[in-house]
Amino acid sequence: MVDVMVIGGGNAALCAALMAREAGASVLLLEASPREWRGGNSQHTRNLRCMHDAPQDVLIDAYPEEEYWQDLLKVTGGITDEKLARLAILASSTCRDWMRRHGVHFQPPLSGALHVARTNAFFMGGGKALVNAYFRSAEKLGVQIRYDTPVVSVELDGDRFVAVRTAKDERITAKSCVLAAGGFESNREWLREAWGQNARGEWPSDNFLIRGTRFNEGVLLKYMINAGADSIGDPTQAHMVAIDARAPLYDGGICTRIDCVSLGVVVNREGERFYDEGEDFWPKRYAIWGRLVAQQPGQISYSIIDQTAIGRFMPPVFSGTTANTLLELAQKLGLPEQAFIKTVDDYNAACRPGNFDHTVLDDCRTEGLIPAKTHWARPISTAPFYGYALKPGVTFTYLGLKVNEHAAVHFGGRPSPNLFVAGEMMAGNVLGKGYTAGVGMAIGTAFGRIAGTQAAAAAKKVEHATA
Amino acid sequence: MQQLEALIREAREQAPGGYSVIPILSVNETEVGRQMKICNSCRYCEGFCAVFPAMTRRLEFGKADINYLANLCHNCGACLHACQYAPPHEFAVNVPQAMAKVRVETYADYAWPVALGALYKRNGLFLALALVAGLTLFLMLAAGLQGPLFQAPAGGNFYSIFPHNLMVGLFAPIFLFALLSLSLGVRRFWKDVSPGTATADAVGDAADKVLRLKFLDGGHGEGCNNANDSFTLTRRRYHHFTFYGFMLCFAATSVATLYHYLFGWEAPYGFTSLPKLLGIAGGVSLLIGTTGLFALNLRRHPLQGDAAQKPMDRGFIVLLFVTAASGLMLMLSRGTPVLRLTLCVHLGAVMALFATLPYGKFAHGIFRSAALLKWAIEKRQPNSLQLSDD
Repeated sequence: MVDVMVIGGGNAALCAALMAREAGASVLLLEASPREWRGGNSQHTRNLRCMHDAPQDVLIDAYPEEEYWQDLLKVTGGITDEKLARLAILASSTCRDWMRRHGVHFQPPLSGALHVARTNAFFMGGGKALVNAYFRSAEKLGVQIRYDTPVVSVELDGDRFVAVRTAKDERITAKSCVLAAGGFESNREWLREAWGQNARGEWPSDNFLIRGTRFNEGVLLKYMINAGADSIGDPTQAHMVAIDARAPLYDGGICTRIDCVSLGVVVNREGERFYDEGEDFWPKRYAIWGRLVAQQPGQISYSIIDQTAIGRFMPPVFSGTTANTLLELAQKLGLPEQAFIKTVDDYNAACRPGNFDHTVLDDCRTEGLIPAKTHWARPISTAPFYGYALKPGVTFTYLGLKVNEHAAVHFGGRPSPNLFVAGEMMAGNVLGKGYTAGVGMAIGTAFGRIAGTQAAAAAKKVEHATA
Repeated sequence: MQQLEALIREAREQAPGGYSVIPILSVNETEVGRQMKICNSCRYCEGFCAVFPAMTRRLEFGKADINYLANLCHNCGACLHACQYAPPHEFAVNVPQAMAKVRVETYADYAWPVALGALYKRNGLFLALALVAGLTLFLMLAAGLQGPLFQAPAGGNFYSIFPHNLMVGLFAPIFLFALLSLSLGVRRFWKDVSPGTATADAVGDAADKVLRLKFLDGGHGEGCNNANDSFTLTRRRYHHFTFYGFMLCFAATSVATLYHYLFGWEAPYGFTSLPKLLGIAGGVSLLIGTTGLFALNLRRHPLQGDAAQKPMDRGFIVLLFVTAASGLMLMLSRGTPVLRLTLCVHLGAVMALFATLPYGKFAHGIFRSAALLKWAIEKRQPNSLQLSDD
């Protein structure tokens, strides 16, 4: 019997496996996906939000604990756990040397991402390179790895972990276990159940795209909740972005984002605007647009820009629909012509002259328009015009298992002695809602490492108890 | 599509200056353009090499941009293994492979004379035939000029087998033609990529990147990929052995030429003479380098690079190996009955090497150096784009 079993193959799972192995435990890691799809959503990540009090290699200036905490407090609207959040923040200041020892490389901030040069450390080659490095290190250290091994149930003795059962009905025992198998974002049924039917009779989640892995079905999450584990969070809360409607159903990752929202207007299927596109800098607003689009009829919207925006935003992966007149654009996008043209005309007429500068919160805004566009408002009048259809893209769900500072799974408020949880399966403890770049990996790394250490210690205790 | 491409190519070859007015993208160039659009909206690989920073300076990828980026790519493989969109993902991004396919097209398209660019098509066969032709030439010459093949020539001097002037007469034109052909080819490539002016600073930077093979270090210094997602410095090191071995042999020949014409010191030279020392070091270095590169090539990850080019790559490695090995053998066989045969093999191999220089793998060094110089110039110019995800 192995000491520690880790279920999952993403960042949190690998951090747990490596820490447990380093603590001297024998470790078995079960990854649901085949080898070529390993790594869960971590293969699509790009950076880690890091606390630091002085410049460090790729990180400039300082990002002190208090500022990090205030940022988190703001984006979550207070739906967070200060003790656990501060634990993750502090861990982010010291974990990078450990990451480097396991082969992870960092690179300077990407062009077009300078706004996070102070706060976020970028993985060289992105998250898949990080996942590759951790798997290599795990193999070298003797962690046993099994791919194509989804786990369907957990055998418990009260609040104690005993064994798991795989999809092939194999029973595998271990002295302790770390659950790090992701959220439930790729489980269409569950999304439908969570989002329900709206007043228009639509099932909104049927139109959601999943930005990450198809393997996050939430099987274990559901199993544990049904088995009496304490849960936390709202099943409709998720990291949700408005992405290109042509993106693949799964694994579209970063490149399907549309970054021109703040440079133009966004209209819904009826050709009407519905939110202030220039409310704040795009990196601070992109994560609310998924929900905004989800609330529109048909869960679809259209980002409209003109020639003046070209070359000012990150190039999208698919070319936009191009037209020489607004009428032609409406026709090509299938929008109601009159309504669309009226929306743009009203908007154009409401734009007040100002000094356009998309690097600051400038004074180009609309007057007397509802909803207003409060920055970067310039008339859409220079042909050619471009339109990009947007759909909600789910990155990951926040519903998770409740933990303490030891990442222990809880039953009726009591921590399990040998069952731990990390990553998306518990990120909701810190992230009740909202998001800020790189915080998912910070939580995954911190609690993955804690869970691995705790699981190794729990396995040793079992040994002493049985000796 | 392949037929269309052939037609375009043919039309281009017949047009004045070898080019049609509107550059039409080939199938392989279109594929690089498609992939670059995906990469440009992701950019996770920026730290690996120069290709991605060069890419971010562009929104559109025309023929010249694609040819430039393809030659800037060192096929290190880092971006393939790190790619979230690599196969089996439906985006099927494989930058090293797409770039390799375009690269060999650029060698063929920019070859001079243009018609000889076709030699890249079945390059392994071409190299083999060149080697056979070289060997045949010298064996026949040896038979025609002197007595039996296995007989120690008087004084162990190979000039008594092939007179010095005959060798110069045979090799100088071939070598000068190779130089001319490569220069004209790279000049056309250079003009097409519209590079701007090379400052001394940029030239120094490019030379540094070329001579250290900077972009085989993975961006982090641990090396590039070969068989799998782990990094190795062996490819860079064996490449260095090969490159510097070649340069040492070249230096040996150059010094010997100076000795001959400037000082009237004729070969053979003693073991401690400068040409001999350079030649031995170069030959041994080439043997180590080519053996290593060949072994790495056999173990290369199947998705990394273009499988159709293996005959070209391996043929060139083998030709360098045979040249080096026969050169060292030649030195050891002085005064023995095998000297005459060894000499024929060595001269045949060198002749084949020279003749194929402008129409084989050797061209990669020339075109890549030009692309690196272009990058050194370009990155010193202000970026015209104001992209941000702000």
